[in-house]
Amino acid sequence: MWYEYSKEFIYNIVELDGKLADATHFFIYDTIKIWFLLITIIFIVSFLRTWVNTEYVRAHLQGKSSLYGHVGASLFGIITPFCSCSAIPLFLGFIQARIPVGVTFSYLISAPMNNEIAIAMLFGLFGFKVTAIYIGFGLLVAILGGYFIGKMGMEKEILMDIKPIDTDLEASLTKLSIKERSKEAWDYTYDIFKKIYLYVLVGVGVGAWIHGYIPTDFIARYTGEGNPFAVIIAVLMGIPMYSNAAGVMPLVEVLTSKGMLLGTALSFMMAVTALSLPEALILKKIISLKLIGIFFTIVGSGIIAIGYLFNLIL
Amino acid sequence: MKIEVLGTGCPKCITLERVVKEAVAKSGKFAQVEKVDDIMKIMEYQVVSTPGLVINGKVVSTGKVLSVNEVVALINE
Repeated sequence: MWYEYSKEFIYNIVELDGKLADATHFFIYDTIKIWFLLITIIFIVSFLRTWVNTEYVRAHLQGKSSLYGHVGASLFGIITPFCSCSAIPLFLGFIQARIPVGVTFSYLISAPMNNEIAIAMLFGLFGFKVTAIYIGFGLLVAILGGYFIGKMGMEKEILMDIKPIDTDLEASLTKLSIKERSKEAWDYTYDIFKKIYLYVLVGVGVGAWIHGYIPTDFIARYTGEGNPFAVIIAVLMGIPMYSNAAGVMPLVEVLTSKGMLLGTALSFMMAVTALSLPEALILKKIISLKLIGIFFTIVGSGIIAIGYLFNLIL
Repeated sequence: MKIEVLGTGCPKCITLERVVKEAVAKSGKFAQVEKVDDIMKIMEYQVVSTPGLVINGKVVSTGKVLSVNEVVALINE
């Protein structure tokens, strides 16, 4: 519906035609659609999140079996907020509650990967199916990645001496009225949107330009079946782009529509969110470089495997 | 009254500290505001998501930046 309106506006009211009209229509249509979805999805996620905070997750995971821990930590990663700046208290707090290192990593992989901005952007750009694949395989990487790190006995790679707490933590949900929850969710949504709307605008803008002007075979040659290393290059490129997920994803969508394989796109987007350089630098204060290397290698290989798998079957 | 802002130097923690100082001025009460960035002390308060806000030794908020009015309400409680 919105597609028709924006098309009508560009072609008949502003009276543009040709490539410029294509690009402008694409730009207006995509920007407004994604802004709308971002606001809606961030609001829903942050509303649900008013019940569960990270302290609750920690209390909930304390003393649980390893299997439950990995799956639970990965699932909680979807709903709870994560900021790489609180990676240290989170990591140490989990260890303090005797939650195994592997389970802690399951959470540390899942939380940034399944953040509300990435999910909203994916949903707006690629639709439900790709979003579901992204979340599903993202959870798999978090569960297995955490499991393997746990198996390697990495406890000695934690550089700080943490005294475990022996008491049972109380897992209590936050008590607030619906009105307070809505207000909190709205404040959060507004805050996030204010920070990223420009990135979306620029990302979609550059995307619209590519959409209108760069020939398909050019993109297909470098990012499509013609390049067997595309997935690996995509993952390496994704590592330094963490803070710009909102600006990067519109570009990925355009590249995909022009011949980039979907597996390559998925790998790239997972690398952007899950492998974050700033987070690694922060974690370096409390865990050894060796463990950070293992963390990046395991998650990176998992993401690369997913990329090749999807390029083969889709 | 003693108010502590728990945080390891993230932008949100700095914002919260500023908000708390404004709130103290607005409430007209006498309160000592302290920024706690020692991770061991933060963990003693059982806080795993920063910034955290502690009033007279009791954790009243974690993981978010409150508004000035919200902090004033907490101070007056």
